[in-house]
Amino acid sequence: MANNKKSPTQVEDTGHVWDGIRELNNPCPRWWLNSLYLSGLIVIAYFVLYPSLPLVNDSTKGLLGWTQIGEYKEDLAKVEARRAPFEDKLSAMSVEEILADQEMLNYSIGSSKVLYGDNCAACHGTGGAPAEGAGYPNLTDDDWLYGGTVHDVALSIAKGRAGNMPAHEKLLKTEEVDQLVQFVIDSSNGVANEAGLALYNAKGCFACHGADAKGIKQMGSANLTDKIWRFSGEEDQIRKTILHGVNDATDPATRVAVMPQWSEKMAIILEARAYAIADGDDPSEIDWADELDGTEAERLTETEIKKLAVYVHQFGGGL
Amino acid sequence: MNNDQDNTILNVDDIYEDASEWHVNAGGIKIVAKRLAGRFRTLKWLGMSIWSILFIGPYIRWNDSQAILFDLPNRQFNIFHITIYPQDIWMLSLTLLFFAILLAAVTSVAGRVFCGYFCFQTVWTDIFTWLEGKLEGNTPQKAMKFNKAPLSLHKLSRKLLKHVLWLLIGLVTGISFVAWFTDSYQLWSDLFHFDVSLTAVIIITSFTFGTYTFAGFMREQVCFWLCPYARLQGVMYDQDTLLPAYDAERGEPRGRIKRGQDNSAKGSCVDCNVCVAVCPTGIDIRKGQQEGCITCGLCIDACDSIMDKVKQPKGLIRYATYKELHHNGKTIPFYKRFRVIVYGMILIAAMSGIIYGFMNLSPTEFKVVHERQPLFVKLSDGSIQNKYTIKVLNKTKQTLIFKFGIEGVDGATLHGLTTMMVEPGKVIPVTALVRVPDGMMTSGIVPIVFKGHAESNSAISVSYKSMFVGPKKTGNK
Repeated sequence: MANNKKSPTQVEDTGHVWDGIRELNNPCPRWWLNSLYLSGLIVIAYFVLYPSLPLVNDSTKGLLGWTQIGEYKEDLAKVEARRAPFEDKLSAMSVEEILADQEMLNYSIGSSKVLYGDNCAACHGTGGAPAEGAGYPNLTDDDWLYGGTVHDVALSIAKGRAGNMPAHEKLLKTEEVDQLVQFVIDSSNGVANEAGLALYNAKGCFACHGADAKGIKQMGSANLTDKIWRFSGEEDQIRKTILHGVNDATDPATRVAVMPQWSEKMAIILEARAYAIADGDDPSEIDWADELDGTEAERLTETEIKKLAVYVHQFGGGL
Repeated sequence: MNNDQDNTILNVDDIYEDASEWHVNAGGIKIVAKRLAGRFRTLKWLGMSIWSILFIGPYIRWNDSQAILFDLPNRQFNIFHITIYPQDIWMLSLTLLFFAILLAAVTSVAGRVFCGYFCFQTVWTDIFTWLEGKLEGNTPQKAMKFNKAPLSLHKLSRKLLKHVLWLLIGLVTGISFVAWFTDSYQLWSDLFHFDVSLTAVIIITSFTFGTYTFAGFMREQVCFWLCPYARLQGVMYDQDTLLPAYDAERGEPRGRIKRGQDNSAKGSCVDCNVCVAVCPTGIDIRKGQQEGCITCGLCIDACDSIMDKVKQPKGLIRYATYKELHHNGKTIPFYKRFRVIVYGMILIAAMSGIIYGFMNLSPTEFKVVHERQPLFVKLSDGSIQNKYTIKVLNKTKQTLIFKFGIEGVDGATLHGLTTMMVEPGKVIPVTALVRVPDGMMTSGIVPIVFKGHAESNSAISVSYKSMFVGPKKTGNK
């Protein structure tokens, strides 16, 4: 210990006096000095162990080889190791099996939040409901253009969707358009409109929207009899859809409604299985080498699409 | 004005002189306190014995498991047949409040009772110095003689034994602490198989060396410079606080009495310095109240024994208030003092809260969270659908099966959730959908109540009030 215990009158001073108070020339406490030197040593140790000195294109690496991205990757590996048993199990399950398994269902929903936020929320909205008037389909209601079973949802994500409705500006007279607009509004409200129905059939609308105007799942045509509107239930917006169509390349004012394809490979797999089942064949006997040539684009993996399909199905509108 | 200032400046050197006389032991001198029997020594042993709970407590069993187990990995405290989950943790904050205020209340009534009789620092230090005294001599003279003696096998073996015993006490302290947080018998089995979790190893090691350093070497220096309580005592004491104090009026002028002399001019204090010799923090109580005093009362024992010998009444050093010693007012009894009454009320409030909490521990925790994005969905038939996440925590020891229903909204139906199985200690989030047919909603937001009851145990039922949201009503429809 530094000896600071002498009487203040016996200690030499620095010669500085303020208001009669002299600044004594006592040494710093030893523990304090030692701490100072020790902190200096820690700085040197840090410089040796960690990346510290910037060079022209790089920096010194440090003996420990530590990097920020390396630490991130280690942490990520820990998370993935924790998820691995679930992910492995998921890859072997069908979407219907996931729905039936409460534990896997919870895992799928919990781990899909980020996936949905990164890939889907920009158009469909955070909770599956897009901003009003945005023109994107609402995923939380029970009206589905291409079917609302979890299998249908998975196929829609994998394959991508683009509806097609021709522009009728040059095909219909103004009165005919007005009559059809009224027919569509009446259908939604459950009001009979004989003249409108006759015109609907005469102009060939039934070819896509069906004889009962309830839409055809295989074509993705809208159901005109329910209370949910693909674009809008406002009169002028309905007129716009009839006049300019949807995804009609010949009409610059057409509505654009394109859902990108997220996995060509999975779309082929899902469709091949569905066809096999429809034909009464065993889907496990499909020769995948015949179906897939290895160049199929995959923006999301099969498991990711399964999880997303379950996530979307569980928004509350799944059938 | 100027003259006044000059005078003050001239006095600065006097202040230096005054300060130079004030001796503070910053660890330079090792305190070897003499041990004397007495009332307060017995009291200290009694207070210290409470700490045996730390060592014995973890081995008490209750229904085939540890009676008191703070099970952090499973996020539950088991106290006999009660299990406390994080949801009930507000009781812990009330408990902490209770003890914090109890400390303040006790301090304002009778000083640092905690320091003197209970504090782990003084208790462990007392045990350590008792061992040291047994091995190296229990007075400063004997200890100095032992330490100055040339190195011999006898000296070395005693020194070694002391340090081994100290480390052993530290080790047992660490293991006992950990045993409150994990199954104690399993812990010992793991210890003997060298298969202890890293967390336990780190805690036990730090406790071992922490105890060894703090009680073996730092001792009263911890009370002087590390513990904030010593610094706070000044604001907790007042002139009505009962403290070990030297009756200067009776004791001064102090002086050694000599046989065959007239000692009548001298006060009662015979200046024997025994009160200093027994003090575990090495202070002189005759200099008045100071931060080093942990109010253990050992100086009272010492002085009383001397007063007996010189045939004087006891109590030259005694528990007394400032007012009593200085005759500047009548000491107010503690139950009439404002701050004690306020402390008392806070204590009662906190204790009532804790008792209420224990009496009303719910067997379940039920929450219904309304989906916010979107608030509601219009379905194809025009009905309105709301989505809820339902969480049930099962705090019982049995698996519970709940059946759910809703009340409060006309025509509302519940979908996607009817029964739910919850294992003990588990919480499962489940989605529930509520639909109200088109046109049944009379306003934008209506209250809805979720009710559930356990199938196996009719005594357990849950209820939660939430909201059902629909589109805003615009005009007449």
